Amino acid sequence: MMERALPPSRFGQWFNTSGWRTIIIAAPYLWLTAFFFLPFLIVLAISLASNAGTSPPFQFAAEAPYVHADNFRRLISDDLFFRAYIASILNAGLTTALCLLIGYPMALALTRFSRSVRNILLMLVILPFWTSFLLRIYAWIGLMGANSWFNKGLTALYNLITPDAYALRFIPMMNTSFAVVLVMVYCYLPFMILPLYANLEKLDMTLNEAAMDLGSRPFQVFKDVTLPLSVPGIIAGGLLVFIPASGELVIPSLVGNSSTPLIGRVISDQFSYARDWPMAAAVAIALLVLLVGPMMAYTHFESRAQRRPGDDA
Amino acid sequence: MGNLTRRSTLGLLGFTALAAPFVKRARAEGGELNIYNWADYIGETTLEDFQSATGISVTYDTYSSSEEMEAKVLAGNTGYDLMDVAGLSLPRFLKAGLFLKLDRSKLPGWKNLDPDVLRIMAGWDPDNAYSVPYMWGSVGFAYNLDMVKERIPDADLASLDLLLKPENASKLADCGISLLDSPTDVFLFILKYMGRDPDKATAADYQAAADAMKPIRQYIRTFDNNNFVNALPNRELCMANSWSGDYSTARARAEEAGITDLHLAYFVPKTGAPAWVDAMCIPSDAKNVENAHTFLDYLLQPEVIAKCSNVTNYANGNLASRPFIDPKILANPAVYPDDATKKLLWAPSPLTDEQSQAITRIWTEMKAG
Repeated sequence: MMERALPPSRFGQWFNTSGWRTIIIAAPYLWLTAFFFLPFLIVLAISLASNAGTSPPFQFAAEAPYVHADNFRRLISDDLFFRAYIASILNAGLTTALCLLIGYPMALALTRFSRSVRNILLMLVILPFWTSFLLRIYAWIGLMGANSWFNKGLTALYNLITPDAYALRFIPMMNTSFAVVLVMVYCYLPFMILPLYANLEKLDMTLNEAAMDLGSRPFQVFKDVTLPLSVPGIIAGGLLVFIPASGELVIPSLVGNSSTPLIGRVISDQFSYARDWPMAAAVAIALLVLLVGPMMAYTHFESRAQRRPGDDA
Repeated sequence: MGNLTRRSTLGLLGFTALAAPFVKRARAEGGELNIYNWADYIGETTLEDFQSATGISVTYDTYSSSEEMEAKVLAGNTGYDLMDVAGLSLPRFLKAGLFLKLDRSKLPGWKNLDPDVLRIMAGWDPDNAYSVPYMWGSVGFAYNLDMVKERIPDADLASLDLLLKPENASKLADCGISLLDSPTDVFLFILKYMGRDPDKATAADYQAAADAMKPIRQYIRTFDNNNFVNALPNRELCMANSWSGDYSTARARAEEAGITDLHLAYFVPKTGAPAWVDAMCIPSDAKNVENAHTFLDYLLQPEVIAKCSNVTNYANGNLASRPFIDPKILANPAVYPDDATKKLLWAPSPLTDEQSQAITRIWTEMKAG
């Protein structure tokens, strides 16, 4: 009925209500196709080629089928890659768990403040993004160093409460796995807090009141009402932290001691030291597949949750 | 400076405005030149001086890791007319046909170059046909003398025993040992120490080097190519595997920060260490080949390259430039190695694909301990 009121030209149809909707929906898809899917196909193609002394340094086989899976075969046969995947996933898992433990109470507390205070607090969560990511890591390097005021203060505190026999000159923090997890949690925390807050903010307080009326104690209310309702937020925040954390290269290289081969580092080493682009591409593709699995599980979970009636609020 | 009155200011502004069209014309007449070089690796006014001398307008890009540069070169179509390349990477690039042969007739300053450096460079670029040596140096160890002597009073700083003997390394562990995160530096000098030929190394040789490091792996605080420049002056390391110039940068940073009671020293392992040379090359798809030669010859002028060395704290490959170099830099054996040190340096031959794969694999394994 609407169509009849609009000019009949084909051009006009592009800019009617449904045309606009198509354009607006198509824009992000075009973006994803051009800047994610096409590059992904290029990386996939490189992973099926051979290393060569040319520019660019890879070559496809001379005859059909032009590609081979040697790189993936090596990926499976060499346990180094397997160990790197496991180490990266454990590292990212620990980071995600700690971000959740710290971020959940923060996000929940945010929802309990008045709107004006809340905006200021939200601002404070986002504020660190205004400083360069690298600069913030360098700040931590300064703080954790053996001769920093921060480390000296902690050491003095430690020596105060422990017997003299165990006294330390400094607390070894830099270049340890502890430092890697600490800085990763610090950097990724906002990615956990923001989706959790978005989710928790929408929850209906009257549900809590109803549970209280029915005799639940505050912790029971949290366990039976708030926590189950915030699962989508937990999953969204968890994925936002877990996925970038599992490929993290910069933080472990700057504050770690490279005692665990993480997958980001393995890719970078294959690319730059071994100059084996196809192998680096194969490792990257395998990582992507490992990460897309949980992502698809999440989408599945979410679409099922959305199909539930009355969840449209 | 004279007094800045309103009249003189207006006059200056007016003349600048009047001159502007001519300055621009002059630049356009000289054409363009796109250069790609390490960050902080040129004299303070070199580019401006070149621009005003020749009218060529220079676009200058920098990189901060050799991997960044290599990835760009290998991908092709860089858009640069001149780039600074590590000698060791050059054979691979030359085989792929990525660089142009130099026209020596346009480089009258070639005669100023140091034959010793040219000889090292010829190991990677036969007959020096494709590259002009820029800066060069060695791989060695920078020490905080006070911290090391406090723990091992009679330490032989030029011996790798200090690193590879657990009884030594364990004593230095608490003051901090860092190694370069670069298998083509570390494994090579360890192989030399073990009496094996690094140039013909097989996977078994690299494995032997890794095994030699196993007992001391726990005493190494980190593998790092950048941070030691700050960690050394901050006394967070006492033994840092480094490239010669970085050590001088660390010392310069300490002086800038007003730290005067810091005694750093740099030693090349007496069993031998790899030398490195950075060289300027013209990519085969360069659009301004003529201007690239003009700039190369400009860099070959002794006064010009000396100004670069005075800023970067690296030795340059130009023998005639020595009288113009800050005597403090020239006298520093870490930067300008004496003849005895020169004998310890060798030019490693480029790795084959199999060697690259093996060394990367074993290096990652060794770091994991």
